[in-house]
Amino acid sequence: MVHEIKVPEVSEGVKEGIVAAIAVAVGDTVEEDQSLLELETDKAVVEIPSTHAGKVTEIKVEEGETVAIGAVIMLIESEADDTGEKEEKEEGGEEVEDGASPVKDADQDAKPAEKKKPADETKAEKEQETTEKKDVETSESPDKSKERREKERTPAEETGDEVDLKSSRRGDQVAPAAPSVRRKARELGVDIYQVDGAGPGGRISQEDVRRYVRQTMERLQAGQGSLPGTKPLPDFSRWGDIDSEPLSKIRQVTAETMSTAWASIPMVAQTGHARITAFEQFRKEFNSRADGRTKLTMTAVLVKICAAALKQFPQFNSSLDVENKQLVLKKYVHVGVAVDTPSGLLVPVLRDADKKDIETLAVELNDLAAKARERKLKPDEMEGGCFTISNLGGIGRDLFTPIVLPPQVAILGVARGRHEPVWNGQDFVPELILPLTLTYDHRVIDGADGARFMQWICQAIEYPLQLVMRG
Amino acid sequence: MSGKQPRVEKTDLVVIGAGPGGYTAAFRAAELGLSVTLIDPEENPGGVCLYRGCIPSKALLHAAALIGEAAEADKIGLTFATPQIDIDRMREWKEGIIAKLTAALGSKVDKLKIDHIRGLATFKDSRTLTVRTAKGDEQEVVFDQAILATGSRPISLPGLEISGGRIIDSTGALELADIPKSLLVVGGGYIGLELGSVYAALGSEVAVVEMTDGLLPGCDRDLVSQLKRRLDKRFVAIMTGSRVTEVKEQKNGVKVTIEGKKGSETKSYDKVLVAIGRMPNSANLGLENTGIKTTEKGFVEVDGQMRTAEGHIFAIGDLAGEPMLAHKAYAEAYVAAEAAAGLKSLFDPRAIPAVVFTDPEIAWCGLTETEAGEQGIRVKTAKLPWRGNGRNLSLGREDGMTKLIVDPETDRLLGMAVVGPGAGELIAEGVLALEMAAVSEDLRKAIHPHPTLSETIQDAARGYDGSK
Repeated sequence: MVHEIKVPEVSEGVKEGIVAAIAVAVGDTVEEDQSLLELETDKAVVEIPSTHAGKVTEIKVEEGETVAIGAVIMLIESEADDTGEKEEKEEGGEEVEDGASPVKDADQDAKPAEKKKPADETKAEKEQETTEKKDVETSESPDKSKERREKERTPAEETGDEVDLKSSRRGDQVAPAAPSVRRKARELGVDIYQVDGAGPGGRISQEDVRRYVRQTMERLQAGQGSLPGTKPLPDFSRWGDIDSEPLSKIRQVTAETMSTAWASIPMVAQTGHARITAFEQFRKEFNSRADGRTKLTMTAVLVKICAAALKQFPQFNSSLDVENKQLVLKKYVHVGVAVDTPSGLLVPVLRDADKKDIETLAVELNDLAAKARERKLKPDEMEGGCFTISNLGGIGRDLFTPIVLPPQVAILGVARGRHEPVWNGQDFVPELILPLTLTYDHRVIDGADGARFMQWICQAIEYPLQLVMRG
Repeated sequence: MSGKQPRVEKTDLVVIGAGPGGYTAAFRAAELGLSVTLIDPEENPGGVCLYRGCIPSKALLHAAALIGEAAEADKIGLTFATPQIDIDRMREWKEGIIAKLTAALGSKVDKLKIDHIRGLATFKDSRTLTVRTAKGDEQEVVFDQAILATGSRPISLPGLEISGGRIIDSTGALELADIPKSLLVVGGGYIGLELGSVYAALGSEVAVVEMTDGLLPGCDRDLVSQLKRRLDKRFVAIMTGSRVTEVKEQKNGVKVTIEGKKGSETKSYDKVLVAIGRMPNSANLGLENTGIKTTEKGFVEVDGQMRTAEGHIFAIGDLAGEPMLAHKAYAEAYVAAEAAAGLKSLFDPRAIPAVVFTDPEIAWCGLTETEAGEQGIRVKTAKLPWRGNGRNLSLGREDGMTKLIVDPETDRLLGMAVVGPGAGELIAEGVLALEMAAVSEDLRKAIHPHPTLSETIQDAARGYDGSK
């Protein structure tokens, strides 16, 4: 059936208009209410909609022509008879398509989560939509454009953290951010297409870019700090009664530091044994004359020996700067000592241990240990350590492997001295033996150096005269 | 010195071609501290834009506009005598503008200590250029990086070769050799319509023949129809959907057969202007001696930093793809020069404005209504005819329209188009709005000066939602 499309009354008092643009051509299929042409009147440019669905068979006007209200502008042949047939086809399609209704598929396609379908599958669906569900296609057009934009986005995603300077983007594929903001993002290494804009219409500001950087950094740091134990915990109460208590600050810091050390430092443990029979004799005699404060401990002596060793082996008094590819060598010798306190492990630091005599070191160490137990240590008294000694001799019977305290590169673990038979060339003689473990960062220190360092310390303990002779 | 061994010069960056893209890239790179060599056959930079494009055509269009306005002034009670046209003085004036602008560029080359070689370059390999200099000798330039900016040239068709006599291209038309009694413009694109308008104003009987169904293919029809209404009065004939089938250059005219909707017709014209498009100058550069890739149409393929398949060689401007516009070349020149200097630059414009300098002018940027339809992007449009604009009426005009294209979901501006006097100036606001990702509310709330044509942008934006 052929319908005449006439110029409707567009507004009061308007008798004619100029055809500004013709939106369709002869042969086009049009929907009802689809815009056919634009009419420019004295008051406005108005769109003339089609009153029927069908095929344009004739256009009676030209662009620029003046037409009166009521004039016939187009002829449209409707496909009224075909409609029923079309609907039947649609239902038939439903059956052959593995029971998947095209309507359902179209719905799924509209969901963003469903967009990562294999290309051919999506294509097949598209074809279904276009051939069978015209109305769905029209309402879907905004989604299509989004999908298209998303596709353009993939190259940037593939390059990961790198900003994409390769693919060409133009027009509506460009992120809604001012050129200055886009430049800033590039300089910061931010893919602006990943940034959500908080401004009107999703506009991205410099602040949005900064927030994105901040959030990314936080996410990365959180990921690093919780490397072990990130798995969700089971419900322990299933197997019996439990209690939970909040982690103390000391415990939190210890957990974080140790996780970082364990995850980032390849460590080697080197054991050693020093004969301390003579040394212990001297210490006992010395302490019989000393009071609580001046009491000489094994640890105080080891601080002095390690300080001397650090002067001898400067790579043990260093820190690795991975980012700048350099080794930071320290010209000072501050030695940390692990102290067991009721609230957790603390490591006060003895400054310039190489320049102080053992008596002074002993006093300082006793003071610091007392302060640590009373939780009176100031933060700066626990900073700047170059090397750490962890003496478990008071409790532990045997060797253990301490963990390097970053950014230091080595730590000395001390166990309890014990009597062992030692072959002196003729006989087995009883000797007091101190078991030691040196754990070091293998990125900085080679195995041979580790062995030499341990050897040097053992000799220094056994032949203290050497220490004096070497200053 | 027999000259068997060509002189070899070394440079950080060589720029080939000194049009808008080339000279801008050379200047920017020199400012960023690179040692730059610029190769171009002309004495001073300028390229097509200055010597035979944008600038001379706008000079002549200004003359055309004066003639047109003087004639139209009659209806507001101002009657001028028919103007006397001294074509020699007009040509001199036009040449003067070109000389002034190109000389200024020449002195900037000296000031920035850019090594300017007059000549034509071809690639010997991907690190070496052979340059045939204007003096006739040959030399070699060894470079670390290169920027290609060799531009484009008018297309000619078989059977319609540019003779330089009666069959001319845009270059010939801009020379303004004479005012032909009748002129057939082949091609209804912006070049044909602009130059056709010039000659029509100067007194030629101008006819236009266009192969497709409308003028300015690709441009939204509602804009074109306003222009066509005016051109219908200026031109003796506008034949769309028509093809030139035969051309015979004769002693006193060109006999042209045109096949149109209503059959074939043969007519004689004094001159024929061929303006059917432009093609990139990529053929004689020796690109085959490098790894540089080109498209089917001859454009050099580039990435977002304007790098070719040879990462140290860039291509910009008309050579690097559509749209072939000087302001696109400027922008690409900055990107390439900065990338060459190691900066993280990127060519990612949200909008490249296009302007047709006819009367009325047509200008647009961003998404067009036509593209939205083709790509299935849902948009809202607001169109404001200029009939109610006081400034327009006071200019003695009634035509003109401002169109905004907005994303219905975000209210963000996606495109803008203007037809009317001064449209080319007004479109800049649309470009800024697009680059800043403005929403229609921003345009609505920005106070526009009264009484001006720019108010039509604000008024069009008010058409969306007055509540915000």
